Amino acid sequence: MSELVPGAGKRIAVAFAAGVIFAVGLTIGGMTLPSKVVGFLDVVGTQGGWDPSLAFVMGGGLLVFMPVFQLVRKRQRPLLDMRFRLPTAKDIDARLIGGGVLFGLGWGLGGFCPGPALTSFGAGLMGASSEALVFVPAMLAGMASYQAFQRARGAKP
Amino acid sequence: MENFTPFASLVGGLLVGLSSVLLLFLNGRICGISGISGGLTKLPGAYENHEERLWRLAFTGGLVLGGVGAGMVAPAAFAFAIERSTLSLIVAGFLVGVGTQLGSGCTSGHGICGLGRRSPRSLAAVMTFMVTAFATVTAISVIFGGSL
Repeated sequence: MSELVPGAGKRIAVAFAAGVIFAVGLTIGGMTLPSKVVGFLDVVGTQGGWDPSLAFVMGGGLLVFMPVFQLVRKRQRPLLDMRFRLPTAKDIDARLIGGGVLFGLGWGLGGFCPGPALTSFGAGLMGASSEALVFVPAMLAGMASYQAFQRARGAKP
Repeated sequence: MENFTPFASLVGGLLVGLSSVLLLFLNGRICGISGISGGLTKLPGAYENHEERLWRLAFTGGLVLGGVGAGMVAPAAFAFAIERSTLSLIVAGFLVGVGTQLGSGCTSGHGICGLGRRSPRSLAAVMTFMVTAFATVTAISVIFGGSL
């Protein structure tokens, strides 16, 4: 295992802080309430009225992210590292769509997407969400299964 | 619409945006939760150096520890309040795990960062998982009376 390069400590501390802020944002925004997620996903309002609140979480996120991304594009490198690591894939293929379908099924069924699930797992350790304590290990098992499947195919994960 | 919380949800969204911006502007990384946490399920040696695993561990740890704190301060913010069996939760978790890896992202990576970068690929992903999730919730509601 290679040694850490200079500056790694700062970047790791930033990642930790970003994780904490993300968790607080999800909690305040209502993303950790599966009933609210279902109330948002139930567009036709079969269980009472539609609750569009969670569109405001995505809207708030975009409101901050979009302008900063435009600024960032003009920079050669991030503040604490040598280069940006941005996604390069452009293709809209069967994997992307198939993955989206499976994720959508799981999100609608369980009421958790990955971020709120992990935050709720932490709350679950404090006794606030027993459901996330079931959901998250299954989610990690699904992720690990995908990685194992890719290795078995000899493909790059 | 007694449950409508536009202000709290907007503030929450701004914080999520702030987190994504910190990771991008300081570290040059995309804040995609499924990519970050999924990276932790890769075998030792999958990454070229120690930092690749450590920063993902730090972010995921922050996300979970933030939840520990929030769970202590505001346990009501984690009320599950929908009717799902343990089996449903396991199946749902597994589907989310496999689906987000196969589709290279979730609500954060495709939803906020991808749409924020105006990526057509992410727009296709978001539309796919949103429509599927709408249909899933509606089906559970109509066919199973909201309980599964």
